[in-house]
Amino acid sequence: MLATIGKRLVTVIPTLIGVVIVTFLLTRVLPGDPAVYFAGPAATPESIAEVRKSLGLDRPLPEQFLRYVSDLAHGNFGNSLSTGRPVITEIASRLPASAELTLLGLVLSIIIAVPLGILAAVKQGSWIDHTCRIVATAGVSLPVFFTGLLLVYVFYFQLGWSPAPVGRLDAFASTPPHITGFYLIDSLVTGNFESFRAAFAQLILPALTLCIFSLAPITRMTRASMLAVLASEFVRTARASGLDDRTVIITYAFRNAMLPVVTTLGMVFSFLLGANVLVEKVFAWPGIGSYAVEALLQSDFAPVQGFVLTMAVLYVALNLLIDILYGVIDPRVRLEG
Amino acid sequence: MTETSMPMATAAPVQPKTPSNSIFKHARYVVAENPVTGLAFGLFLLIVLCAVFGPYIVPYDPLATDTTATLQPPSLTHWFGTDQLGRDIFSRVVVATRLDLVIAVSSVALVFVMGGFAGIAAGFFGGWTDRVVSRLADTIMAFPLFVLAMGIVAALGNTVTNIVIATAIINFPLYVRVARAEANVRREAGFVQAARLSGNGDFRILLLHILPNIMPIMMVQISLTMGYAILNAAGLSFIGLGVKPPTPEWGIMVAEGAANIISGEWWIALFPGAALMIAVFCFNLLGDGLRDLVDPQRRT
Repeated sequence: MLATIGKRLVTVIPTLIGVVIVTFLLTRVLPGDPAVYFAGPAATPESIAEVRKSLGLDRPLPEQFLRYVSDLAHGNFGNSLSTGRPVITEIASRLPASAELTLLGLVLSIIIAVPLGILAAVKQGSWIDHTCRIVATAGVSLPVFFTGLLLVYVFYFQLGWSPAPVGRLDAFASTPPHITGFYLIDSLVTGNFESFRAAFAQLILPALTLCIFSLAPITRMTRASMLAVLASEFVRTARASGLDDRTVIITYAFRNAMLPVVTTLGMVFSFLLGANVLVEKVFAWPGIGSYAVEALLQSDFAPVQGFVLTMAVLYVALNLLIDILYGVIDPRVRLEG
Repeated sequence: MTETSMPMATAAPVQPKTPSNSIFKHARYVVAENPVTGLAFGLFLLIVLCAVFGPYIVPYDPLATDTTATLQPPSLTHWFGTDQLGRDIFSRVVVATRLDLVIAVSSVALVFVMGGFAGIAAGFFGGWTDRVVSRLADTIMAFPLFVLAMGIVAALGNTVTNIVIATAIINFPLYVRVARAEANVRREAGFVQAARLSGNGDFRILLLHILPNIMPIMMVQISLTMGYAILNAAGLSFIGLGVKPPTPEWGIMVAEGAANIISGEWWIALFPGAALMIAVFCFNLLGDGLRDLVDPQRRT
């Protein structure tokens, strides 16, 4: 198992190199002068020249690349123009907010989508199957920011069940001490149930928005995968041997149907990380997505570059995790590795 | 979309020879089997009509402000209500169709040329071409796609053209993958060898023999990615990239109405959002329908 993980880690390296090259190229080779971007919209020619020198932009391209890589290795993502703070500290302090939101959205979505997909496959052609199909087609067509606004309108304005979409906590709740950075976990660990309730109330609508967004691909894949497995011969044999439906579906079919679903999760995560940016904008969520959007609108390039790189590295890491999970679910993958 | 799919739709009845006739029959069968595809086609026509004639048929000027009628709920005079500047939302939603469609169509056309050609070349030549193209596609896929689009727009500059380019780039791997697989299968096919024997060069074979053969599959890909392109472009303009404020565009209109949702003026964001949803829904259904036509085995 360890050897498999080690081998898989090695294959990540070229991808990471590609990612770093692309984020580097985004600033250096494209039309326009990167010094102008980094100096900001209100820069004078002198300050541009100064920025050019301090960034090493007067040096040849390969040298610039090496310098960029060594900066990254030292955890230096550059400084934001508008706040003057280093990008890496800003991203590190905002990352838990985004991660908490995205992960809760994904978990909710799996909890709903997987059973729905299984039921749709087992009772093919029933009303559950049709619901599943409608969910799958409508879900991919709904713009995620639109779903978020609809939820705000219904649950905040009409029903008054949820608080105003103003971030992670309302003004009255106290911020739990920083342990993991996940407010739900931190407030539970310290026994602060008032904060937990407040944090949960703020979190549930944006998480639900992401959940609705990612329901469609997971449901669709679970259904298709279950249908394929249920039609296979070993399931027929299991049924013929007199095993009850529950054992056949859960132990035999579901375990085998999991693999394509887990693969889909990687793709779903790619979409979720993008959707996260839009949801953070709708709910004024203080995560890295809204940080990047603010910076983007002010032509403050360093935070955007840091954000793109962070997201890509997270995504690569997640795909790695999924591959390892693959080995846990399917012993055949483990043996081949 | 207007240039690319209309010929397909009209070509079938115009040339009732054996192959196209059977395609037409099959199309009728698919529509009869799945009336939703027919509905999607109707919606598609409606969207195209709005895009072409929208500015001439709307009751109000989409940019005209009216301080006496701000934040009006939907009524007979203003079907979709008015926004905080008193602009008629119905007119703005209809007029916006053209811009949204133009952004999506041009980005899909761009990626069709770039990705389609790179993919065919990769599948046909193999070797180094294949390695370079596949590596490029893999690197793009290593990014969360919307995030990469944001980065590209940030680097290239905040304009509508760059939104088109960014949307094209993030769709690149999808087109490469399909075109590469299809071209690879046909690399040693009889008709390719025959073409080579009769003295055609590689480039000519690619363009005149392989490309027409993989067109149906690529058409499916086009209509499947149209919806995604619309969503992506609207998402970018929702966060304030590309389209500038007074211009009517669905994404930015939803963003403008977002603040009013909290105070209960739902119509400002709802109607452009719904238009967006219907357009995406329509293209997704069309894509599924088209796939059933071209590739019946993958029907679900």
